[in-house]
Amino acid sequence: MNSTTQKSFRNSFSNVNRKAKFCGIALVALVTFSCSNDDNDAPPVNEEELITTVTAIYTPQGGGTAITLQYKDLDGEGANAPVVTVSGPFAKNTTYNGTVTFKNELASPAEDITPEIVAEGTDHQLFYQKTGNLAPFIYGSAASNFDSNGKVIGLQSVFATTGAAAGTLTITLRHTPNKNGANVAAGDITNAGGSTDAEVTFDISVL
Amino acid sequence: MPKKILFFFTLTMFCNILFSQNTVSGKILSQQLEILSGAHIHMGRNTVSSDYNGNYTLSNLPSGSIKVNISFVGYKPVDTIINLQGDLKIDFKLVVQTANLQEVVVRQKIGNINNSVAEQRIKKATIEKYSNKTLGDVLKEIAGISTLKSGNAVVKPIINGLYGSRVPVINNNVRLEDQQWGTEHAPNFDVNSAEKITVIKGASGLQYSGDAVGGLVIIEPVRSKKDTLFGKTIVNYDTNGKGGSVSTAIHKGNNLGFSWNALATYKYLGDKSAPDYILSNTGNMENNFSGDIKYLAENYDFTAFYSYYNAQIGILSASHTGNVNDLYNSITNKIPAIINDFTYAINNPKQEVQHHIAKLNYNYYFNESENISFQYAFQYNKRLEYDVRRGDYNNTAALDLELKTHSFNLDYKKNLHDWNLKSGVSSSFQNNFANPKTGIRPLIPNYDKIDFGVYSIISHDFTDTFSVDTGVRYDFSKTDATKYYQKSRWDERGYNEEFAHFIVGDYSTQWLTKPSFTFHNISASLGFYKMFDNNWDWFTNVSFASRNPNPSEFFSDGLHHSTGVIELGDLNLEKEQATKLSITLQKKYTDFSLEVNPYINHIQNYMFLRPVGFETTIRGAFPVWEYQQTDASLIGIDFQTNWNITSQWQYLFSFAYVNGRDISNKQSLIDIPPVNLNNKISFSKKEWHQLLLELKSEIVFSQNKYPDNNFYTNIIKNDSFESVLVDISTPTPAYHLLHFYSEMKLPVFSKMQTTLGFSIQNILDTKYRDYLNRQRFFADELGRSFQIQLKFNY
Repeated sequence: MNSTTQKSFRNSFSNVNRKAKFCGIALVALVTFSCSNDDNDAPPVNEEELITTVTAIYTPQGGGTAITLQYKDLDGEGANAPVVTVSGPFAKNTTYNGTVTFKNELASPAEDITPEIVAEGTDHQLFYQKTGNLAPFIYGSAASNFDSNGKVIGLQSVFATTGAAAGTLTITLRHTPNKNGANVAAGDITNAGGSTDAEVTFDISVL
Repeated sequence: MPKKILFFFTLTMFCNILFSQNTVSGKILSQQLEILSGAHIHMGRNTVSSDYNGNYTLSNLPSGSIKVNISFVGYKPVDTIINLQGDLKIDFKLVVQTANLQEVVVRQKIGNINNSVAEQRIKKATIEKYSNKTLGDVLKEIAGISTLKSGNAVVKPIINGLYGSRVPVINNNVRLEDQQWGTEHAPNFDVNSAEKITVIKGASGLQYSGDAVGGLVIIEPVRSKKDTLFGKTIVNYDTNGKGGSVSTAIHKGNNLGFSWNALATYKYLGDKSAPDYILSNTGNMENNFSGDIKYLAENYDFTAFYSYYNAQIGILSASHTGNVNDLYNSITNKIPAIINDFTYAINNPKQEVQHHIAKLNYNYYFNESENISFQYAFQYNKRLEYDVRRGDYNNTAALDLELKTHSFNLDYKKNLHDWNLKSGVSSSFQNNFANPKTGIRPLIPNYDKIDFGVYSIISHDFTDTFSVDTGVRYDFSKTDATKYYQKSRWDERGYNEEFAHFIVGDYSTQWLTKPSFTFHNISASLGFYKMFDNNWDWFTNVSFASRNPNPSEFFSDGLHHSTGVIELGDLNLEKEQATKLSITLQKKYTDFSLEVNPYINHIQNYMFLRPVGFETTIRGAFPVWEYQQTDASLIGIDFQTNWNITSQWQYLFSFAYVNGRDISNKQSLIDIPPVNLNNKISFSKKEWHQLLLELKSEIVFSQNKYPDNNFYTNIIKNDSFESVLVDISTPTPAYHLLHFYSEMKLPVFSKMQTTLGFSIQNILDTKYRDYLNRQRFFADELGRSFQIQLKFNY
């Protein structure tokens, strides 16, 4: 049992406390100066995987004016609304061959993503959905429109107009869809699943 | 030392000192002339104990009259005055004390941390049942605690309706810094390393933090002060997931000198399954290790501790949706979009987390009632989140965060009779690095954070049955971040008016900004504990906590892939301040005990995500939710009873209800746990190898108070746009689950106690979804699971 008085209790306590506090501060100083991270001013992240632009060019068989549909969103998930342009109306009674390309225009130089989609063909499929009284958009039959398993990728499409019509076209790029789902190979998105990498809608008119 | 003597000494110290120095010596004996060694002899301000032969000597005594007091246990003390004129030789004969020893009252302090709050403890035996599960799962054993899940391997505890940054986890006296702001970030902790878990529902654990608006989870590892070497191995296998875990711990205790502990766990489970289908890509794996060495001396001890946690968690493939239309499809299709055959492989999307803790502790004990402790801890947390990405990117994480935290704590405790003082200082330095090589704008930016806190807690026992405790804490916090904002987002948020001074660089489409925030917070707690006759205990506590916005609340800026929502933080956010009143009544009869805990928690500036609209991107439309603040109030009641029907039969019942209200917007808060009831009946028979059988019924009601955040989207049907409702608000229907647990101690090995456990989770293979599981839009919860567990104690 200690026989020291309360005063010396306090003394010994504050001595230990002082010592511990000094050690603490010394360690703090050591650590603060050795742990500074100079990555603070690194350049902004280079978003290479982003798709910023979807372009669909419809060329009439037998010559004529090609129609360009373009959807551009240059700030990704940012607040600015995308810019959608349709170069002009489609002509009546004409069959158009369409080709879709994907670009990342935030990369410099601008990067064409379409080859990557073809390279991973088994993991991608495009779907064309129309509204209004437009003729359907069907898949092109060229071999280049199909993946290594013989399943459609769908970068190429065919649009055969008849009379005057109006409506919208929605082009959807799905990543890892279920290509064997019911009617998926025919272009029905209902059972396709997967996740959407792009979904763009254009106002179409046939005059 | 008798208080009287101490007081006497202090007084005499200030008296004048006479110069005559005399010596008094002699012998202390009993009436029967037995030697009394170790008797206390006080003369004047000198004191000495009689030696082995009963002899004593006191020198430097002043002349004149001095008080003499001699005491020895079991004998009547001698109190007299001697007139000293020179050296003196005097023997004392002590008389035996015939009266009985006064009644010794040993009162176990109800709470280690706080006397006025009924702490909830989970015993080791219960923790061991969850050996291959998560911390969140274990905590559900306590009434009032629910879980927020993302799948079944990512489980966060909800205390009285609050979770995440509002519920700090303290592991072995180190506050876990593991990106806990994320709703799909579970505490990085190995269940097997917990010996004791204590939960404080509220902010009363001021020595740990001032921002525990929801509560604290305090986990303590095994500590042994006996000179023994013992260990434990647990092996288990689960049919749901077709895997299990093995965990081994060895402890070398000691009452003096070196002691150490070591623990290692390996866990691997493949895809789990719901009653009707496989939950593809839900496997998980863990590799954990922890160890410490302690040196114990008479008045101090020193401990070095290290722990390593490494987990790989597969995220349900079907849950990583794209846009609003994908979400609509997932909700309307009753089965997940991706169902593959069972596999052990953990593919993308997945989480890979590593958490290291290194800690040094030094405790110095002045005496049994006073000690000071110094602690330094370093934590390193590396979180990689992988998404399904195009091409080569699939092997690069979509999120790569490194969090380093250094913390220093100095804590002082003193116990003086019926006063108890705890006071201390804590500081921490944290650095977060978001690696840009992911190629994706990071969810939260780089930042440096400094925290500093000072606290004092005093408790006083007025009587044996009434005590009051109070505490106050001051916290200083400074965060310096570096973040790129897209100019379009900066303008949309309206930051230019108030935060233009944060801009330090122009990168054409983005601003480089350095937001900096400083906070000064006060938190406090006041409460009392009253023990009535008839074994009624009454706890009342009022606590006040302040929580600063976390990095996600400040800086979120983009699509949150696992929810398909664009989440936006707000630099304008202010700190949350919560005032909680909690009352607990406990009653213990011989065979029956009950505990009722009503509470009310009012939170000013409560931060939460609120839908504000849509944004159209090239990937389609996404709902936009932003962090807003409101005044919220959570009112609830937790109730549990324990009934020992006979020495073999026992019945437990628990119930929890919480009502969360957004007062400013006059609606219910989102993600508030619905009412739940638990009934458990157990049968034990020691004669049959300590057989224990338990049947548990878990009823979760449907939450009928929730905000309506539903919205409409256009999908194409029959060649036209059709507006459809995306119902993300309606909570899941009520469900009822039955679980069974049994164990038996088998005398297989002589030196090793073997316990065999067999349990069935979800006996009826009930198909259900849970409101608090973020994956309820995509898949059902787990189906039936059989588990075998072997525990060896040696």
